[in-house]
Amino acid sequence: MSLRDKVRSVWRYLFGDAVSAFGTLSIVLLILLAIVPAKDHFREWLSYQNQYLRLIRGRGDATSLNRRFQGGTQQIWLPDLGVVDRCGTCHVALKEASLVDVKTQPFRPHPPMPHTLTEFGCVMCHRGQGAATTVEEAHSSTKAWEEPILPARYLEASCGQCHLDRPVGTPRLNLGRDTLAQYGCVHCHMVKTPEGVAMTGSDDPPPLVHIGEKTSREWIAAWLRNPQAYAGSATMPNFQLPDEDIRDISAFLIAQSTPSEARKGREAAPTASQDAAAVQAGTSLYGESFCSSCHAMQNAAGLLVGGNIGPELTRVGSKVKTEWLAEWLRDPKTFDPDTRMPHYRLESKQIGLLIGFLSSKTDPDILGNTHFEAATQAQIDQGKTRVIERGCANCHAINGVKKAENFAPELTLVGSRPLVKILFAPGVPHTLADYIGAKIRQPRSFGNALKMPQYTLAPQQLDALATALLAQTQRAQTMPVSLRVPGHAQTNYQPAGRAGRLIDDMRCFSCHTFNGRGGDLAPDLTWEGSSVQRAWLVNFLKNPATLRPSLIRRMPKFNVTDAEANTLADYIMTVYQTAAVDQESIDSSHFTAADVEQGKELFYGKYSCKSCHIVDPNKDKGYVGPTLTQVGSRLTAPWISQWLKNSQSLRPGTLEPVWNMNEEDSKAITAFLMAQKGAPRKEVAQQ
Amino acid sequence: MNWIFSNRRACFRQDACLVWIILALGMTSACTRRAGGPGDVRPKAFGTALVVVSGDKQAAGVGSALDQPLVVQVNDAKGTAVAGALVSFAGAGGATVNPDQGLTGPDGQFTASVSLGGVHGWYRITATTRDSSGKAAEVHIDAIALGYQEMLGEKVSEIHCVRCHDSESTPERVSNHDNLTAQAHAFTDGATLNAMTDANLVAIITHGGPALGKSAEMPPYANTLSKSQIDALVALLRALADPPYRPQGIFNASN
Repeated sequence: MSLRDKVRSVWRYLFGDAVSAFGTLSIVLLILLAIVPAKDHFREWLSYQNQYLRLIRGRGDATSLNRRFQGGTQQIWLPDLGVVDRCGTCHVALKEASLVDVKTQPFRPHPPMPHTLTEFGCVMCHRGQGAATTVEEAHSSTKAWEEPILPARYLEASCGQCHLDRPVGTPRLNLGRDTLAQYGCVHCHMVKTPEGVAMTGSDDPPPLVHIGEKTSREWIAAWLRNPQAYAGSATMPNFQLPDEDIRDISAFLIAQSTPSEARKGREAAPTASQDAAAVQAGTSLYGESFCSSCHAMQNAAGLLVGGNIGPELTRVGSKVKTEWLAEWLRDPKTFDPDTRMPHYRLESKQIGLLIGFLSSKTDPDILGNTHFEAATQAQIDQGKTRVIERGCANCHAINGVKKAENFAPELTLVGSRPLVKILFAPGVPHTLADYIGAKIRQPRSFGNALKMPQYTLAPQQLDALATALLAQTQRAQTMPVSLRVPGHAQTNYQPAGRAGRLIDDMRCFSCHTFNGRGGDLAPDLTWEGSSVQRAWLVNFLKNPATLRPSLIRRMPKFNVTDAEANTLADYIMTVYQTAAVDQESIDSSHFTAADVEQGKELFYGKYSCKSCHIVDPNKDKGYVGPTLTQVGSRLTAPWISQWLKNSQSLRPGTLEPVWNMNEEDSKAITAFLMAQKGAPRKEVAQQ
Repeated sequence: MNWIFSNRRACFRQDACLVWIILALGMTSACTRRAGGPGDVRPKAFGTALVVVSGDKQAAGVGSALDQPLVVQVNDAKGTAVAGALVSFAGAGGATVNPDQGLTGPDGQFTASVSLGGVHGWYRITATTRDSSGKAAEVHIDAIALGYQEMLGEKVSEIHCVRCHDSESTPERVSNHDNLTAQAHAFTDGATLNAMTDANLVAIITHGGPALGKSAEMPPYANTLSKSQIDALVALLRALADPPYRPQGIFNASN
């Protein structure tokens, strides 16, 4: 049989004659044609749209909801941002605020947010695959798309792609970025902001170049074993070192230590006064010097009280040598030129009292029975190798060891790291957020040979850290520059001359900000000269009296001399002036008794200033703002007047509301306040 | 396989097989019971009542864990704490409790941590214990998940509002509440605040107490806070209100 016959017989077998062949083919064609509309009919999103129409049918505002409803695929296209979002195809009611009672997805309206959908689309914040029109593909990680929807608890990560400042509405992102800086992550990992600036640490790890003067090898060993056992608030992580490494590293650190300036040419250190009365006096001096503004200590109830600028001092007696402590208290700069601790100008007797108190703060469990034989050269060499391996010099200055470049992986783009490049530890769900969380929580679960140490972080800090890292995306780098909200970089401002040296000596920048540089513990002093009267300032520098009774962190007494106080006051009064306050504008000698009376009425009546401020200590109770009993001798009239009109223009972020007060009212209240020259209030010891 | 059964030895093997099968079945069932592990905790004692010790009505951001753990206590009919009683938690709407069940400690208390779902609003967690007859005693714990706007409100409130509106003092922040003549309402005071319309809340924040005939101790924030910050504060008040705030508007009762 020829091929042709074969084909013909098969054709006959299948279709019979030409007419039935035509009929069969027509039916096949019809079925094929029906597949297209049928496929369309069974689309996932169409069923959601139909469900939505059924949902709104009976509602009071059904007509307007219906009118605004648009069927079919909905798309937001933002070419500048690279956004193609079809989420609105199923999430049909995103803009329908009246559906606030609807709890089922995909029909919930979007809760209020700082941006609009048309401006940014959906995936900018939520991530996922915007162009997809099925639930699975849009939300999950698929073979073609690795980035699933971002879980709600990390959502602020997306804000961080543009916002490099500290938006009020993103507390978790802010905490995460603070944690990155405060726990020293950025000492080993390079993390660049989209501006190309490398993040810097705020933890101020101490240099170890003179450590032998400060502490013993036994303490170093105890600290290396578990820093949190010495101080619960310690930010140094646990490196989980084996005992022999601890022995060798401590041997090396002592061996590399060189003598500091502090020990050169000093007379014998003041001896610590250890009797009970002296310790009591030392305790008082510790309180009076407001050491707790920066240093924390556990109280009898086990609660940590005090600031976190300096290290916790709960067990400091088990750590430092008294000779070192004496030199440190005398002038900390001679031991560590970059320390944030001020030069207190203490007398020898006072230093003795403080040493007595601080060395009584011991904990025998810390050092235990550790005792080392004299270190061998082999141990010291081995210690140096370990120090290099563990990257100790990335945080601490150590003699003979340089900070390693590219010690740990750069995290600038960690938020876009492809999942295929990640090795997941067993049991960790395969998402980037879970990977980052697990990695920080238990770094060694990914392999025992890994260098990353074990941190002691609260669950909130872990989530915050993951949030801050998930903000480090590719998208953040390619975002239009116009959308970027720049961060607040500190300036390198350094005042000049004798006053500049005094400001440096007393480390004013540790707490106060001047011209964009400094800490936020105490008021910004950039315009202090416009604000205060010179006589008050001199007196305050010599003996800082409490302005805000409810604060526990206060300005310490630095024991400055008259000459020093005058130098500083001259400088502040001349340099730190603002054009917003014209000192010539108001002459307080022109205020009349009627002005004062009217101001008093306004103070207690219309503006109810007494809710927050005390003028009459017998009557007023307000506790939020500074006490005003002697404000007439402290502030200048033009400053008060401007403050009443627009306090935020003088000190952005101050708690005082912007009153926008008219000329007449502000003049009267200024007159009333300038009349408050009362005798200094008796200092009431806090705590 | 026939050769196995072809002689006496094989017969013995047949018996052995049976024994092995029975043993294996027994082992499996025993193992399954044990593998049930935390899912099958047996109470050592029984109580008749359940009370919340701490952790009720906390607020946190959506999707995050509550700051303070949840502590409940099982009591018997006399009101004495019962140790070793079984407590189980059930969260609704995406809230999860970890661990979701367990036995009370020597003080009769059981502690668990709570993670909120991804949608803002109130979450109800139900704690259950059963007495010896199997009768359930329940107690409800509410948690509030704050969305973006409410979170923003909370941050604004921490700076500008809580010193007067929160009567609790902390070492870091002494409350000014009791120093005022007019008693500032707590933000959780739903009984009072739910009765105020959004417009009135915005008005009193913007223009101060006198705008609504109330005390001037409430200052005007028109020039200090932005419109969106004031809206955020109102959203926060609505979220924290206890009893919960029910928005007014055109809604469908059947939904």
